[in-house]
Amino acid sequence: MKANHTLLGTEEVPIISLADIGVSFGAVKALTDVKLTIMPGECLGVVGHNGAGKSTLVNVINGRLSPTQGDVCYNGEARTADSRNAQLARNAGIRSVFQELSLCPNLTVLENMRIPYRNMPLRSWRSNAASKVRNALDTIFPGNGIDPYCLVGDLPIAERQMVEIAIAFSRRDIDARLVILDEPTSSLDGAIADQLLNYIKQFCAEGGSIIFISHMLGEIFNVATRIVVMKDGCILTNDDANLFTRDSLVDAMGHVVAVDVVESQQHTAFGDEVLRMENGLHARQGEVVGLAGLAGHGQAEALARCFLERSSDWRTTREPKVVFVAGDRSRDGVMPLWSIMRNLSLQTLVEFSRSLLVDRKAETTLAQEWHRKIAIKTDNLDDSILSLSGGNQQKVLFSRALASSAPIVVMDDPMRGVDVGTKKEVYRMIREEVVKGRTFLWYSTETDEILQCDRVFVFRDGEVAAELSGDAINEENMLRASFDMQEVAQ
Amino acid sequence: MKSDYLRILLPVMSLTALLAAVFYMQPRTMSYFGLNLLFNLAVPVALATIAQMMILMVNDIDLSIGTFVSFCACVTATFVQSDPLVGYSILLAAILVYAGMGAVIHARGLPAIVVTLGMSFFWAGMAVLVLPSPGGSAPDWLRAIMTTKTPFVPVAIIAPIVIGLCMHYVVKRSSLGVLLRGVGGNEQAIERSGWSVLGLKAIAYGIAGLFGVLAGMALVGLATSADANIALRYTLLSIAGVILGGGEFTGGRVSPIGAVIGALTLTLAASFLSFLHLSSDWQIGAQGAILIAVLALRLVFTRREGLA
Repeated sequence: MKANHTLLGTEEVPIISLADIGVSFGAVKALTDVKLTIMPGECLGVVGHNGAGKSTLVNVINGRLSPTQGDVCYNGEARTADSRNAQLARNAGIRSVFQELSLCPNLTVLENMRIPYRNMPLRSWRSNAASKVRNALDTIFPGNGIDPYCLVGDLPIAERQMVEIAIAFSRRDIDARLVILDEPTSSLDGAIADQLLNYIKQFCAEGGSIIFISHMLGEIFNVATRIVVMKDGCILTNDDANLFTRDSLVDAMGHVVAVDVVESQQHTAFGDEVLRMENGLHARQGEVVGLAGLAGHGQAEALARCFLERSSDWRTTREPKVVFVAGDRSRDGVMPLWSIMRNLSLQTLVEFSRSLLVDRKAETTLAQEWHRKIAIKTDNLDDSILSLSGGNQQKVLFSRALASSAPIVVMDDPMRGVDVGTKKEVYRMIREEVVKGRTFLWYSTETDEILQCDRVFVFRDGEVAAELSGDAINEENMLRASFDMQEVAQ
Repeated sequence: MKSDYLRILLPVMSLTALLAAVFYMQPRTMSYFGLNLLFNLAVPVALATIAQMMILMVNDIDLSIGTFVSFCACVTATFVQSDPLVGYSILLAAILVYAGMGAVIHARGLPAIVVTLGMSFFWAGMAVLVLPSPGGSAPDWLRAIMTTKTPFVPVAIIAPIVIGLCMHYVVKRSSLGVLLRGVGGNEQAIERSGWSVLGLKAIAYGIAGLFGVLAGMALVGLATSADANIALRYTLLSIAGVILGGGEFTGGRVSPIGAVIGALTLTLAASFLSFLHLSSDWQIGAQGAILIAVLALRLVFTRREGLA
């Protein structure tokens, strides 16, 4: 499957071409029918909301993920996708800078240079690595004062990111031809980010290619020659950057789903303010407050702070102030060895017991009551929690929290991997509880869940970027707030 | 590099302080013979500490090093002495078992603490099989090396310095050392660059096994005979030594020179307590108290560093 791509008459070989790539994890389709060709000298801006498939696409390109269907060609050589893709990608000069830092904090800057440089000559490699990393740093970020002999762990986060970028562009046995930058400027300040953007332009002018993923639309417009818009694992638009305007880009990212609006606006009388945090997040009694924005922009931290401030106490009380619904079930949700009933009653053991001992009778009653109420699909509550499907496990976690009398419920993206039916039931449950005067803090990466909220705080770079309420809660406003619309400081 | 120097400062200071106290109480130890006596048992401890350091470096912990050193000592005192070819093959096989253990721990995602705890019973059993009752004898060459009279500075001082510098070169300066420490620092980064973490872990464990063997041999060279329980204390001593020397349990932050100094400090602490005429019943407790004091001091330092 040879990709024939000619550019203005010059026969150039694409660095990589993807033909009808599909990636699925079990039943979940992460990418479908992705076609993408990257020519030397191109800077490709990739935008898309959470779960649009950006990271999966990156991992296919750098060979860490083998597509379940379709073909990947490096340098125009047709190869069937297999597990050696990572090596092929390396040999083609494809390098990545990942969103979460991938340096070793216990090593010095030059030692970190050693790790991706696989065939480094052994003779006096230290001075060799030091000068290479020094060169790269000086080329991209002129005037930086980073010492290659400094431990990475001692550097501030911005300098770590600079080091990581410099290492990705550094000269090695195989020079960089395509560098994938995933949110490279997330911890750089404006001036440094500008240096990087200028270098990217220079790099592309010299025939290199860049894949630039960012939530800063200003930066995308600044450097990208072509923009790819992704949504739900598909490439929606793939066009010349000049053809987009900010508004058309935002429009392209979000196709408004017709959600059957649950009778959510019926309840508008909120009580007193029950919660206010330093960053401006606040909630009133009987309100569903949504935390939106791109994943990893400080929502989970805000939730954790809110929860821990109200629950970290030496003693467990019978009147908890706040309960937590986990989204990452295996990490902070289910007890995998326990039965459904034990998992369900965990939160309320202290609340419902009269003495130091567990009140088994109350536990059983509680479990049966919730079993009926939210229809957990099981015949026997004594079965292992793992015998349930993901959605039903999540229901158990919901009932664990809702059974408690706590006035505030904190939810950390609780619908990950939950089917639509369960979602609807949970929306209904939340509405019922709100009427009883409970307050919900709901972090979600999915727009249709956020649309269920009474008020929404959009997070960007760890701070509240916008507060929306009423009719202002719509996908467009959220996208506008999550993507930085500011022009990059010139 | 600055924080690295700070890190090594505390172990150096605690060793100096302890040494000064010993010299003050027993001025006669300030001699060639005295220093040799004070430190000669530190050589096998230092070797075992280096072995432990290799494992801690890759974010694991080895609870079997004590019984492993005992086993190696038993093999040295019996097979290596009587039937060298068989003896050395057994020791080589033991190193390979160590490397294999590292590979299995990584490949199956097992907790190292459990695997090595299990292996410690294996080595203890093997040691008893090899040498059911205390005895055996040291090969002559080994005995000769361990008791050489070097000019000016005794072997007991030279050996730890040589061990420390060699391992400093391997762990801190060489390219392999960078990768090994990288496994401890950020395993994912190593894997993403296409290195085999499995192989690197096996290498780290293999080097640990090698140093365990060396520790066993050095111990027999000093004690001239062996016993299946000869080095049981080494498990905890080696962990304490690494930590005392500025190492950390996680994150690949270790220092070979620090580890050797930690081992010397721990051995010296025992002598110091005997000079205090402290009953041997209390010595282990007092040793622990010294350890806690040094670690508490370090916490104060690192806190300050973190705030600065």
